[in-house]
Amino acid sequence: MLGLALDLLIAALVIGVALWTVRTRDDFAAIVGFVAYGLLLTLAWARLAAYDVALTEAAIGGGVTGVILLRASIRLKPVATARKPIGARILVGLLCAAISAALAAVVLLPMTPAPSLAIEVRTHLASTGLGNPIAGVLMAYRALDTFLETVVVLLALFGVWSLTPDAAWGGRPAMAVPAAAFGPLPLFGRLLIPVGIVIGVYIVWVGADAPGGKFQGATILAAMWILAMMAGLTQAPSIGRWRLRLLLAAGPIVFLAIGLAGIPLAGAFLAYPEALAKPLILLIEVALTLSIAATLGLLVAGPPDVTPGVEP
Amino acid sequence: MTAALMATTPGGLLLVLAVVVPVIGILALWLVRARDIEWVAIATLAVNLFLSLATLQAVRASDAPLVYLVGGWLPPLGLALRVDGIAAVLMAMTGAIVAVTALYARGQFGFDPQGPERRRPMVFWTMLLAITGALNLIFAGEDLFNLYVALELLTFAAVPLVSLDGSRDTLEAALRYLVFALAGSVLYLLGVAVIYGAYGTLDLVVLSEIRGAEGALLLAIALMTAGLIAKTALFPLHLWLPPAHAGAPAAASAILSALVVKGSFFLILRLWFDLLPPGLGTIGANGLGLLGAGAVIVGSVLALRQARLKLLVAYSTVAQIGYLFLIFPLATGSEAASPFASLAWTGGVLQLLAHAFAKAAMFMAAGLVYEAIGHDRIDGFRGLGRLAPITVLTMTLAGLSLMGLPPSGGFSAKWLMLSASLGEGAWWWAVVILAGGLLAAGYVFRILMPAFSTPDAPAERLHPVALTRELAALSLAVIAILIGFLPLSPWPLLAIGRLIQVSP
Repeated sequence: MLGLALDLLIAALVIGVALWTVRTRDDFAAIVGFVAYGLLLTLAWARLAAYDVALTEAAIGGGVTGVILLRASIRLKPVATARKPIGARILVGLLCAAISAALAAVVLLPMTPAPSLAIEVRTHLASTGLGNPIAGVLMAYRALDTFLETVVVLLALFGVWSLTPDAAWGGRPAMAVPAAAFGPLPLFGRLLIPVGIVIGVYIVWVGADAPGGKFQGATILAAMWILAMMAGLTQAPSIGRWRLRLLLAAGPIVFLAIGLAGIPLAGAFLAYPEALAKPLILLIEVALTLSIAATLGLLVAGPPDVTPGVEP
Repeated sequence: MTAALMATTPGGLLLVLAVVVPVIGILALWLVRARDIEWVAIATLAVNLFLSLATLQAVRASDAPLVYLVGGWLPPLGLALRVDGIAAVLMAMTGAIVAVTALYARGQFGFDPQGPERRRPMVFWTMLLAITGALNLIFAGEDLFNLYVALELLTFAAVPLVSLDGSRDTLEAALRYLVFALAGSVLYLLGVAVIYGAYGTLDLVVLSEIRGAEGALLLAIALMTAGLIAKTALFPLHLWLPPAHAGAPAAASAILSALVVKGSFFLILRLWFDLLPPGLGTIGANGLGLLGAGAVIVGSVLALRQARLKLLVAYSTVAQIGYLFLIFPLATGSEAASPFASLAWTGGVLQLLAHAFAKAAMFMAAGLVYEAIGHDRIDGFRGLGRLAPITVLTMTLAGLSLMGLPPSGGFSAKWLMLSASLGEGAWWWAVVILAGGLLAAGYVFRILMPAFSTPDAPAERLHPVALTRELAALSLAVIAILIGFLPLSPWPLLAIGRLIQVSP
């Protein structure tokens, strides 16, 4: 009973915050609404016992995306967005309502219980040495998706970098540095960063057997790096540096190398020799964590605007 | 049946390599010295061309699709890659056009082998390789989520090409493209979720055997089709295309117009012919055909009214995409043993091929015209034929194919579609095809008439253009013409490995 009340409350809040986020005219308020919406979705996933999804939603959906939106809104001059004509709004509303109604019908009136792959996922899990079925899906059964998603994230970073002014190519992104070296942000940074790094590493490590994993852990590591940059404790690196690029590419390179080695050693691309499956998967996860953390941090830092060799 | 379809075939490894090699190229690009990026990219695309031709040859020789089980896991647990006849043809087309574009783009974008690394060449070559890999995966993918990843790769690679110049206008065009493309992605992903919820698998081969006429399937296909239409720029969701394709640098426009929009189109084709139960989609197929007809007419009329060559060519893409959607009513309405043995199926694929080669050639030529005379205003084209004869020849040949005059790939495509519509008694599609051809003749002659006329005063060429670049553009136009010499009948290759072999 209490569970049902809680679920209803979360559902009502999700819809309410979503509506408010769409309706508000102020950029900043909309972003805060979006982050709150992400946190509420995290609760919803947790209530569904999908802890991996909940962690990811909190880290990526609410966290990193919120920070990126905030930085974008600070960069933009405040613009008064005119309301669309009433006809267009009604049309969009009707379309959304139709899609929602059709989705609701499909979800609420199932023809047969939806088949599930859960049993098969667990049956084959032993051969991968993993304990968390989600990790099994991501690193073994659908490893190709995971590999290509890391390429997508990297490509998104290159897309952000493509907006660099020509003169600043090879330079570094400037972060606003607080005036006082001992203000609240640097102090906060010094206290939180060591703790955050430990938590991030733990979440990556535990991901093989329990909810967690590289994406979630890497996001926390990236957040600590971003905090250090924002607090002025460190500078964003120059995008022309070879070591940085190696760090970004390390995850996909290790993944690909092990995947290709699977062709002669285990009979197929992205197959693991059974005796070595667990250590190889861990090796990929470590390399991916470093690359994803670096990529996410640089996505937040944005395109370089400091010309190489010229310091402001 | 599943067991037979679901085992790695000899040559299946080619499909893995076709997806992986471009990714290796991208990673290498960012790690090698600045002066080496061009040859690394071109070498990667050369390997890719070889792989795609080998794939086509393997499918032809074995008369069966190539299959690879990634990680050795059988779907629905794992992912399979599968290339049938039509996918192999499109992979080979992509390999060829991308390779020729690379030759055309060599030394462009301020690339300086002696100087420091620059933004535009780095971004261009990275995204060109990414588009190649993404399209290979779209043609080879068999799992709807795997295909979603491919669509994301394609979008994230295509959008930065639009704003490569970095001007305000192109940034705006790129942003608009991004919004349309992401809205499309969301709708597609929603459909994927509905299908997974209903069937517990996303593998197209498995799905084609277990699905019935359930509401969930129909809703999912409707959502995914709507999303993919936005990415394909089918009328009336075409608004993003002209500024985006016209604003990109010529080499990028060629890829965007010739190939990128075909990726999402191919997925619509797969949803409608592999997933939708036969006989169910008649109304929907006619609806798609109607939108296609609208695209042919509206796109052509708008192309006629453009003052600038690149915008004209971009609006022509809107129109030529429209023809592709006539496949849906014509192939489902055909009397042939299966839709894949119909005239319209082959006609549609020929249209896709011919347009890809002709449009890539046309955009490259537009870029060369801009370099030769410093602008692309059509009213200033007088005497162009003397200044840049090879480029004008390229535009003429590509234009023939766009109009559908014989002998050309465009003619064969439109002739097959015309025969299909008359054969089925659906004369109204024939009217659209003919009207579109007339309007296309109008906009092509608008370019060619001044180009072939004698100038009032002898004009001068602003910049010399490398002969290899002119020949690169010409070679694509010649291929568009040569496609017209293929036999005018259904092409057995295009029916190899199709999932539904029986007529509804």
